[in-house]
Order: sequence, then C-alpha cells, then structure tokens
Amino acid sequence: MCRLFCITSDQPLSPMTAVKALDVMREGHDGSGVGLFLTDLAGPFEELKGAPILSGIFTNDGWMRLDHFMMNIGFIAKYRSSIKVSKSPPPGVPRRDIYLIRAYEYPEDWEGLSESEIRHRLMLIRLQLRQMGEEKEDMIVYSFWPDVIVLKEIGDPMTVAEYLQLDRKDLHARTILAQGRQNTNYAINLYACHPFFIQGVATMTNGENTAFVPIKEFLMSRGFPGYIGYNSDSEVFTHILHYALNQLGLGIDAYKHIITPLQDQDLADHPNGPFLKQLKHSCRRLIIDGPNCVIGCLPDKTCFMVQDRKKLRPGVVGGRPGRYAFSSEICGLDAAIPDRDKSKDFQPMHLDTAIVAPDRLEVKVCSQMDSLDLTL
Amino acid sequence: MFANGFIGPDTLSVKDLPWQIHWDKDKCTLCGRCTAVCPVHAIELGVHRKRLVQTPPVGELARKHDLANVFQVFYGIRQKTDPAHACVGCAMCSLVCPNGSIIPCRSDEADKLKFHINRGGYPRRRGGRRNVPEQPPGGILDRIKFTRISMLTDPALDAGRHEFELRTLLGRVLPPEESLRLYREQGWVPPVREIYPLIIGSMSFGALSPAMWEGLQMGVAYLNEELGIPVRICTGEGGCPPRLLRSRFLKYVILQIASGYFGWDEIIHALPEMKEDPCAVEIKYGQGAKPGDGGLLMWYKVNKLIAAIRGVPTGVSLPSPPTHQTKYSIEEAVAKMIQSMYMAWGFRVPVYPKISGTSTALAVLNNLTRNPYAAGLAIDGEDGGTGAAYNVSMDHMGHPIASNIRDCYLNLVKVGQQNEIPLFAGGGVGKYGNLAANAAALIMLGASGVQIGKYMMQAAAGCVGSESDRCNICNIGLCPKGITAQDPRLYRRLDPEKVAERVVDVFLAFDTELKKIVAPLGRSTSLPIGMSDALAINDRSAAERLQIKYVV
Repeated sequence: MCRLFCITSDQPLSPMTAVKALDVMREGHDGSGVGLFLTDLAGPFEELKGAPILSGIFTNDGWMRLDHFMMNIGFIAKYRSSIKVSKSPPPGVPRRDIYLIRAYEYPEDWEGLSESEIRHRLMLIRLQLRQMGEEKEDMIVYSFWPDVIVLKEIGDPMTVAEYLQLDRKDLHARTILAQGRQNTNYAINLYACHPFFIQGVATMTNGENTAFVPIKEFLMSRGFPGYIGYNSDSEVFTHILHYALNQLGLGIDAYKHIITPLQDQDLADHPNGPFLKQLKHSCRRLIIDGPNCVIGCLPDKTCFMVQDRKKLRPGVVGGRPGRYAFSSEICGLDAAIPDRDKSKDFQPMHLDTAIVAPDRLEVKVCSQMDSLDLTL
Repeated sequence: MFANGFIGPDTLSVKDLPWQIHWDKDKCTLCGRCTAVCPVHAIELGVHRKRLVQTPPVGELARKHDLANVFQVFYGIRQKTDPAHACVGCAMCSLVCPNGSIIPCRSDEADKLKFHINRGGYPRRRGGRRNVPEQPPGGILDRIKFTRISMLTDPALDAGRHEFELRTLLGRVLPPEESLRLYREQGWVPPVREIYPLIIGSMSFGALSPAMWEGLQMGVAYLNEELGIPVRICTGEGGCPPRLLRSRFLKYVILQIASGYFGWDEIIHALPEMKEDPCAVEIKYGQGAKPGDGGLLMWYKVNKLIAAIRGVPTGVSLPSPPTHQTKYSIEEAVAKMIQSMYMAWGFRVPVYPKISGTSTALAVLNNLTRNPYAAGLAIDGEDGGTGAAYNVSMDHMGHPIASNIRDCYLNLVKVGQQNEIPLFAGGGVGKYGNLAANAAALIMLGASGVQIGKYMMQAAAGCVGSESDRCNICNIGLCPKGITAQDPRLYRRLDPEKVAERVVDVFLAFDTELKKIVAPLGRSTSLPIGMSDALAINDRSAAERLQIKYVV
C-alpha cells in the first residue's frame, strides 16, 4: 500500500515538508517512487502567475525537440528552474539528462482567446508532447499549466528528494501533494505514479481500483482528448473528478455521490433523493468499488479527502487555521504539523468528504446524507 | 420374427430406438403403475408365452411321459417400437416403481428412430433444448474462469458480511450530461427499473401449466415482498391472467408482446383497472431456440382456459408468425411498436426488444442506440429452450450467446453507450448447473442481466429434460411432471407452493454464489458489467474472440 500526504498552508513550504512526512510513514510504503504536485507556488513562479509551467523529464535530444516544438507554436521560455543533478544518481534512481520546470509566455496569437479555449489548448499541447515523448522515449511530460509543478521519479522518496535538491526556494509552494510508491497493480511506468493531473485537477489514491476497466472504457469513450493514459488504475479518479466538475458542472460535494453512491434506502430519505437517484443511474459506470482513499486538489486550491464506501483505507486530516494536512497516517500529520490540536484530528468515514477551502481556516466535513449545494 | 410378421422399410426393433426399457421380472410386482404413468405409452402390459424345459427325475424317465416341455404364461411389460410411442427416456416408470424394477437405458449406438420420425411428411417437432451435447467440461461459459482475485494489493471483500448492492438497471440510461440537463429542465427522462440481474425469462401461460405459472409468480412475489430481492419475471407470449393484471403484483412482471399478439386484448382492456404499471414490456422479435420462427402452441395444449386468456378458439394449434406482420423495417419497428407501447402506459414503462442470437444483432443494436426510447436489448442465444419447435430449428439454427453479447457490448463501448442500452443475455445459462458462474461470466462480458427459463423448470419444478434428448415432449402437453401440461390430471402432480419454495431457494443460493464470485474480485457496490479484466479461459481462440485473457 502506498502512503499519501497533502499539506496546504498560507505560508509557503518546502516540498521537503511533505517528503519528510512520507518518510515517517515509510513502514507503510516500499519507498519505490515519489510523486509531487505543487501549486499556489511561492518564489519566482509566484510572480509568473498565469504563465503555464511545463514540468517533465527530458533527454538531451528530447530537450532540443521540445525547444524546437515550443518555438514553432510561439511559446517563449520565460523562466527556468534548473535542477542540476550529479552524474551518478543514488542507488535505485535512474540517470536522467534534465529535470525541467519551465514557465512560458503565451504566443501572441492566443491573446483574446477565452479562458476555456486556453485551458483546452494547454491540455492538447501537453498531450502532444507526451505522445512525441512516447514515440522516441525522450520526454516525459507531467503538466503544462499555470501555477502547477509536478515531479515524479523512481526511488526512495527521501533519497530522490535530496538528490533533486527539492529544498530549494523556487520550489516552495502553499499546497503540496505527495505520494510515496510506484504503482503495483500494472506495469512500472513514470506516468503511472501519483498524483495525476488534468487541467488544474490533481488526485492521488490509496488502493486498487477493481472497477478500473469499465470506468476506463467509459471515460475513453467520452470523446474528450484528455481522458487517455491510464497507466495506473488510479488515474481514473482524477478524470472522474474532472468530468464531474467540468462536464457535469457539479461541485466537490457531489464527487462522492458519483464514485460511491448511496443505497436505495438512504436515497429515499435524502433531501436531494430524486436528483441523486438520477445521478446514480446515469453515472453508474463511474462507481468505484475498491478500497480507496482519494486525496486531491481542485483548480481553486481546495483540498479534500474521500474514502470508499466501506472505508477500507486509512486517512486523517488535521491542523490549525492557516495550515492543514491530509495524511495516510497520524505520524505523518505529527511530523508536518506538530503544533495542532490533536483532539480535532478527523478520520473521514464512508460517507464523508473532508474539505479544506482555499482560505485554510477550517476542515469542513460534508456527509453524503446532507443536502447538496446544487446550483442546477 | 413370427412367420406371419411384417417387415416394412420403417419397421424398428427395440434396439433401433434411442431408449431401451430394462425390466426385471424378478423384482416386478405387476402393479401396473409404470404403464399407467408413461406419458407416451411406450410400454404396455405384456403377456408372454414361455417354454420351460423340465427334466423328469431319473427314475421316472422310463415311464416315457413327455414332461420335458411345459408351456407357461407370464406377465410383464412390452416396449412398443412404433415411433409415435417410442420411449422418451423420462424415467417416470422408474419414479413410480415400488421395487425399482424398471429403468430406461440409452442405446449404446446412434438410434435409427431419427430416420423415421417424419411420418406423414411432418418433420420432428418437440420441446426442450438443443440436443447437441458439448464436450466436457461443459460449454464456453463453464470454461471461463475468474482470475483477478484481490488479496494483498487489496483486501478481498467478505461475501458473507459486507454490504452488497447487486442490482441492474432495466431502461434507457441517458448519458450523465443529458440526464442532468433534463433534470434541470424537468424534461422527460426514460423510465428505469432497478432490478435483480437474474430474470425469469419468457415462458408463456399455455407453454407452462397453470400450476407452474402460479408457483413461479408466488416465488417471485415472496422474493420481492418478504426478502427485498427485486426479481422480475417475463410472461412470454400468452397474455397474463386477468387477476394478476389487476393486482399489485403486476409490478414484478414484464409483459411480452410477440407476433401473435396473444392475450393483448385482455391486457389492453385491463389497462384502466391496473393498480400498478408492469415492470416493462418486452417485444419479442426472435427466440434463441428457434430463430426466425414464430412461437408455437400446439393444439393439444389449447384448452378452455388458455383459449380464453389468449382470445382464441380451443383445440387449434397457435403458430405465431415469424415476424410482426405490420413491420417492414427496424426503423419502423422501433418507431411504431416501441413508441406506441410507451404511449399505452403514459411513457412510464420501459419497452425493449428481444431478439434471437444472430450475426445481425449489431445492426439491431446500432439502430436502437439512435432511438432514445429503446430501453434495452435482450439477446437469446442458441441454447435457449422452447415449449415447441421444429427439431431442425432447435439443433441447427442460432448463434452462441457469449460472442454475441461480447460483440454488442464492445460495440457500445466504441460508441460510448455501454450500459446506456442494457443488454440482457439468455440461452443456456446454467445448462450444466453452473448458474451463478455462467451469469457472472456473461455480466463481465458485458451483459447487464441474465434471463433464465429452462434452469427454473429444472431447479424449481424438476423438469427431466436434457441436452441429450431426454423427454423433450413439452409440445404435446404430456409433461410427466406437470410443468408444461394442460391436463389437470398431469399438472396436479405439481404443487405450486412447492414450486414457489424452490424458486426462492434458487434465488437465495444464486445470490450467495454470485457474491462468492464478485467479492474476491473486489466488487460489491455495483454489478461488474464489462469487467473483462477479471475473465480468462484456457482456449486461445476463445480468448482472442472474446477479448479476454488466455491462461493455462
């Protein structure tokens, strides 16, 4: 089983805060990989808000191909955070040419495009780069989005973090998602490492998704170009959330009603019963059935945690106003926010969605039995 | 052969028949029950003359008395060889024999009867199932294994203790975007029923005896009302008894309309008095046992009650036409028939077609995807049973269900409408007794639910029929168990209460077995429709055809 950690703070934090929290939970994961999602960035990237940031791993050839490609479509590099690594990586970590985090300026002809068109085009560029990289195995592209950095590598999280010098100022961020382990259920592949990202939505998951194949088939048949990949069975959790928010126009409080709907009896007594019944029927193909804890971050930097219908995975949320964390284990929380009121730690159960809004003032728990905030 | 005997081209001996009756003179009590019970009068009282050779004591030989030959008569049974009375192997004689002195045994070679069972130029007609025994270990469904077992990557679920919701949807499910738009605009959303994925398929009142029908209906009502398992039963094409139409139990019933429209006068007239809507309406375009052929109720079975419910005279054969006579194209069929059936119940009842397994199923399905009223598609594979059909149709026509349902599901995936038009699979499910495993395999291949008929007859009423041509006389109303007979002397052998109890047993046992399959796969809150990554088979070509894993 892997371990998850997410911290959101009004003061910028080093990614090491999250990696250290993973490290104290090391008994629960095999330390085979690490994935980091950073948003609400501080440092130099904060001043570039709005500029899309490309994160990925490149070979020297891939890097050249990238530059050529980006130039051709009119993107101009604005800022680059270079990670200079030693020639000999520590044991268990593969040798790479370039870990790239680079902010771009939009092409001139993008001026005047609507927000949604820009979002769509950014995604298409990421997908195109990914495809180019897969053809020649010279690029791995995790994200291309404003105010988002994603880093993934194979190896023990702490070793990788030290090797990549993640403690640097330009990587400080206010919201950090971290996961420690390569995927186990399908082939080892960097794209299979959590957190997964699509258009501002990021999630990571604990546990196997037993309904993976039918859900994957449903998402892939939506005709939306971003619903591809699926090197990991957990990637569908991110895409279901994206689908709920973007295609269905629902809020985070409806996410759990899609992936783990209520049973008939509860629906009959629910204030939004008829709506939820219809949602359950039409989204039946998105019901997850495995033991899963999902931690994620929305485009507005709201962080959340949900559990599967039977609550088979660990997960706790706690903190103090200004700094909250979601963690697989309490020791992870202790490592990151020792000065909190532990009596207020909360372990979401089978009906709960625990939410920390961008103001980071409190943990809001919304139960599936509550009425929904529907703007229908 | 006696000197005055006659041998014609179609004269058969007992050895030429598929079944020979073995009778043990020493154990027979001459009670006569076997000859009385035999549905086809294959056996009759036999008075046999026998010579005894009695050797006199040595001392008396000199008297020259002719004592060596003694002629005696003994009584027993004689097996008839006339094709009309050939033993069908039902073994009712064994069932009633107090001493176990009689049993039909299958011939040790292929029978000669099959060459002569067309007297008068009528090919063989019969009931039952396809007489094509599969090679062991069973059919393709029996050979599919469930290989994706959760253990360390995930805890397996507990079939006995965890919460399960094994339901399926019958009705047109709209894509989420469309469904929510209609919710906002308060538009018409097609009716959808949440039902149990194992459905009792269409067996008509007429094909089945009143006792059998009553037993099935009582069992279904008990499952729903006492146990909360939403099991549904389809009427088949024979109408529905008037009291049931006007009762609250109608909601557990799927009414079938087929090309003979039998019983629909009664149904239409009952419409204003219905307390509940039926679960759904099934339009039968085809049947797996006899694809391209209409329903058939032979005259033997059309008694006063059947005739009244169907709205026909008594004692005439009722062959339904092979097609709905007013329809010339699928577009027309969908538009006219499905929509007018919707209209009859105010667009509150799902209406779906049922076709026989065929390589043209995809064309039907593609058409249905374009019509928002089509509530599903039921496909009945070649192993489906029937009350009456031509032998040639049953044994040689049709399409296996596994690849048919898989092709349809994958086609729906391609157009992004999987589960929007639920597919229901039937035909030979559980024919080797592995009901839950067969049903789960079909569901994971892409079926939303499974229809069973013959399995219920065997499990709930003790039907003795088999794939190897045993009994199979459902068509002539002589069912020795009273399941498909319309003669009260026969169907009073079947106690409806006991049938109902067996129906409940079957469903409860099935439910446990289904959980024992899905729980180790880590599934419990939604039926694993299309979860093909859980399936594997030890046959490379089958694996390739069904797009599942090949394992050895």
